[in-house]
Amino acid sequence: MDKRFIYADNAATTAVSEEVIEAMLPYFREGYGNASSIYKLGRDAQRAIEDSRDKVAKALGADPREIFFTSCGSESDNWAIKGTAELMSQKGKKHIVTSVFEHHAVLHTTQYLEKHGFEVTYVPINDKGLIDPEDVKNAIRDDTALVTIMYANNEIGTIQPIDEIATICHEKGVLFHTDAVQAVGHVDIDVHKQGIDMLSLSGHKIHAQKGIGALYVRKGINLPNLIHGGGQERGRRAGTENVPAIVGLGVAIENATRNIADKNEKIIPLRNKLIDGILKLPYTRLNGDRDKRLPGNINISIEGIEGESLLLMLDMNGICASSGSACTSGSLDPSHVLLALGLKHEVAHGSMRLSIEENVSDEDVDYILEVVPKVVGRLREMSPVWEKMMKGEKYE
Amino acid sequence: MLYSEKVLDHFSNPRNVGEIEDADGIGEIGNAKCGDIMKMYLKIDDNIITDAKFKTFGCGAAVATSSMATELIKGKSIDDALKLTNQAVVEALDGLPAVKIHCSVLAEQAVRSALSDYYTRQGIDPVPIVGEIKEPEE
Repeated sequence: MDKRFIYADNAATTAVSEEVIEAMLPYFREGYGNASSIYKLGRDAQRAIEDSRDKVAKALGADPREIFFTSCGSESDNWAIKGTAELMSQKGKKHIVTSVFEHHAVLHTTQYLEKHGFEVTYVPINDKGLIDPEDVKNAIRDDTALVTIMYANNEIGTIQPIDEIATICHEKGVLFHTDAVQAVGHVDIDVHKQGIDMLSLSGHKIHAQKGIGALYVRKGINLPNLIHGGGQERGRRAGTENVPAIVGLGVAIENATRNIADKNEKIIPLRNKLIDGILKLPYTRLNGDRDKRLPGNINISIEGIEGESLLLMLDMNGICASSGSACTSGSLDPSHVLLALGLKHEVAHGSMRLSIEENVSDEDVDYILEVVPKVVGRLREMSPVWEKMMKGEKYE
Repeated sequence: MLYSEKVLDHFSNPRNVGEIEDADGIGEIGNAKCGDIMKMYLKIDDNIITDAKFKTFGCGAAVATSSMATELIKGKSIDDALKLTNQAVVEALDGLPAVKIHCSVLAEQAVRSALSDYYTRQGIDPVPIVGEIKEPEE
């Protein structure tokens, strides 16, 4: 098959859609006004921001007044967690419940709070990459300020039992935040129905630009202001609004949350074909539950090879993918998510994540299934680890 | 990760991959836990390294430094091979990203480990000649 270019790393970022770009352009050009200004140019910008806020709220089943624009998912996570910590510590609540496999925007924030007098309980995941709501229930104490559990994991794509966790938190009277950066646009979300108190999302994962995100904060939660200054975002997050980016996010989330079921109907069979095809290789395993996972997520460990080499070879064949290998992160440890699944270091080093969307064709899938075994074979041929495995020797 | 053209070349077309059946010295360095293992095979005649081959489990830089190290010692005397530094490997590859410098150290140590094995097979204590082999830190 001829060489193709296939972008299979949509969990890292997505292309900005034409529709989003078109919607943004007027706010770079004639609609450049400051939304705080009183004249028409400013009012138009303000109206565009509020239109976008309506769209985000509608996509999440929230009230527009519950939506705050931020610069990214990490900012939303930081604000929700540190803000709640500050708020609740005034009531003597200095305990947080989260999980071992959160995104670093959550984990590094809770670790920061640990240095400032908070206690944090990290609930485990099972070998399918799922959290047991009972573990969350048992972790909640009288002084628990917040439970923060991701909606869907960014590496292995597993979708967590958010409704059950939210119900538990409500029964216990604890606030519940979820990092839904990977979930928005792929699963149906209704924050009010589901009982979610706070939710983080990011624009660039759903075909908006990088540098825009949002935080949903349920009415009645008096989250402390993040940036002090002007009255933007009702004084909670000061700073002149990034009008084009906000407009783009509104269009992007509207598109992303429309016809989720139809999109998934198309993408899930392609994902399963990729999973089954790659698992035909010996000494491979699927990471994360097969069904309770994001429609486009494939995460497979391939023993005897190292992830970065695999990514470089895939790239030479026109395929963009990602890995949980240490070498791709610049640290010595492979992905904390894969280690939390119980994978050995050497197996985690050889993992590959593909995250596809509905623009991927059958031919693309066939091409990936032709290239992957070829490059895996090549890397295994030069691997002393594979050599030992084939001789039946253990490699420790 | 910004790799030089040379690193990418030695990664995509590694020189001297494989094993030497009747090798005179075999060295292995690294561990799978850290994500890098290099195994080096040397054929030595009359103090000259007549052939060198390698197998590597690791990142792009690990493969490229192994490949370059074998190129740099092939046809050289043992004395010259012992003078091979990781810096020489890095320079020959037109540089490495800072976080990948340890790969060049592994390549240097893999050569020394194979030479150490060569002396041991000859009944000669390798330590005074080759020095201690440094395993990477975990």
